[in-house]
Amino acid sequence: MTESAQDGEYDAWLDSIESDEGYFLECSNGHGWLPPRRVCPRCHDQDLSQIDLPESGEIASHTTITVPTPQFEDDAPYVTAIVDFGPVSVTGLVRDVDPDDVAIGDVVGIDVGERVTTGERAVVFRPR
Amino acid sequence: MSDPRIAGAGVTHFGKHPERTGRDLFAEAGLKALASAGIDPDDAEALYYGNFMGELAEHQGHQGPLMAEAIGLDVPATRVEAACASAGTAVREAVKTIRNGEAEVVVVGGAERMTNIGTAAATDALAIAADDLYEVRAGMTFPGAYALMARSYFDQYGGSHEDLAHIAVKNHEHALVNEHAQIQKEITVEDAIEAPTIADPLGLYDSCPITDGAAAAVLTTESYAEEHDLDASVAITGTGQGGDNLALQDRPHLAQTPAADKAAEEAYGDAGVGPDDVDFAEVHDCFTIAEVFAIESLGFYERGEGIAAARNGETTRDGNLPVNLSGGLKAKGHPVGATGVAQLATVAWLLDGSHPRADAVPDSTVGVAHNAGGTVASTTVHVMEVKND
Repeated sequence: MTESAQDGEYDAWLDSIESDEGYFLECSNGHGWLPPRRVCPRCHDQDLSQIDLPESGEIASHTTITVPTPQFEDDAPYVTAIVDFGPVSVTGLVRDVDPDDVAIGDVVGIDVGERVTTGERAVVFRPR
Repeated sequence: MSDPRIAGAGVTHFGKHPERTGRDLFAEAGLKALASAGIDPDDAEALYYGNFMGELAEHQGHQGPLMAEAIGLDVPATRVEAACASAGTAVREAVKTIRNGEAEVVVVGGAERMTNIGTAAATDALAIAADDLYEVRAGMTFPGAYALMARSYFDQYGGSHEDLAHIAVKNHEHALVNEHAQIQKEITVEDAIEAPTIADPLGLYDSCPITDGAAAAVLTTESYAEEHDLDASVAITGTGQGGDNLALQDRPHLAQTPAADKAAEEAYGDAGVGPDDVDFAEVHDCFTIAEVFAIESLGFYERGEGIAAARNGETTRDGNLPVNLSGGLKAKGHPVGATGVAQLATVAWLLDGSHPRADAVPDSTVGVAHNAGGTVASTTVHVMEVKND
């Protein structure tokens, strides 16, 4: 993807995480989503507000991936986790912790890091 | 409204056939299906064809007409893509076409060529069924996604890798007599537990293999079958399909598959049966944990209880509700775009007594097929019944 155009709202969202101004989109009924979204897929509400992403979240589930795709060949083994930030959850790579020590419920903060194999940006979580 | 009859079906050997083109795989399955149906090919009016990664594996899009041509048909041909549920979704389109009275004979099938590009590229191709922005770019692979779901299941309901190992052992044992199966090898619980890890807690024996293969079936109306004196005693009496958020992170539960709940409810309601009426099931066990989700969503088990079914011998071939008598995706193999129709063929053959594992379900009258795409963001469920009229 190095020579292609940026991915609009997704790259803008990564930029916001990188500058510690991360956000998510929330509908009137409190359902949280990541951009781009024009409508809440749960309740059809189109009135989506930009809300600050909490500073930390809890690991909802995690896995250490030892058989990667070619784009993560040099990253492996790595930990991919889904982190619950309340109204919204985010998937990313867990860094700065031994994979064997990662557990459901661990509190982590969100950042943007580089993928080892490709140097591309990725969501990363670090223990708080 | 006529419930479609299955007039015939055909499958290739599922396995490593890297040199075989998709069109050749599908030609074998499709011609077998047409021959076993005993139908004049000129009577076929449509083809619905499932395929997922044709662009990546063979640099071939627009496969509908290509595959119709490969089996000698000049009919409107439509490729259906819903990741690993592509063929199940194609079956649903075929069922609707016949029920709507738009056609009397429809061919449905699917094919996938996967091993020609190698394991790494196939893993990459499979991953695109996930959300590219928010999952694939975070390193998500398909084993990784199901590992996240498995760990969440263990956390919420209990269960262990050993429970999953019993599912792998069962499905390998079931496949021993299935000559179409990719893996005909008995394994032990210890083998499965000690196998290399792919994405913890899932290991090599929790994962289905990468497979080349094709499957096809010929569906027709009850009246056409009668007029042409066809041997077509099995009908598709219920069809259902459900959807969900594509990305796991956007779902309220990581250890449930509501798309399959919805598909099952619709299919059961359509057929006028319930889970208690089902004699056996072919379910989408792309990973061992996926079989657990499937049998819970199909209503055979409460949430949190499906994990012990194989260990307790309830879903083995001598159990009360045999699951995946074909060997499942785990041992039979999973040529992605063909799987849903291969399940349909298996259920039909188990019901009419012609499957090598039919002795496990003598006198059975109701079978179910559950085909899931991605992390179950697409699911089809089909109910099949023996009609003795």
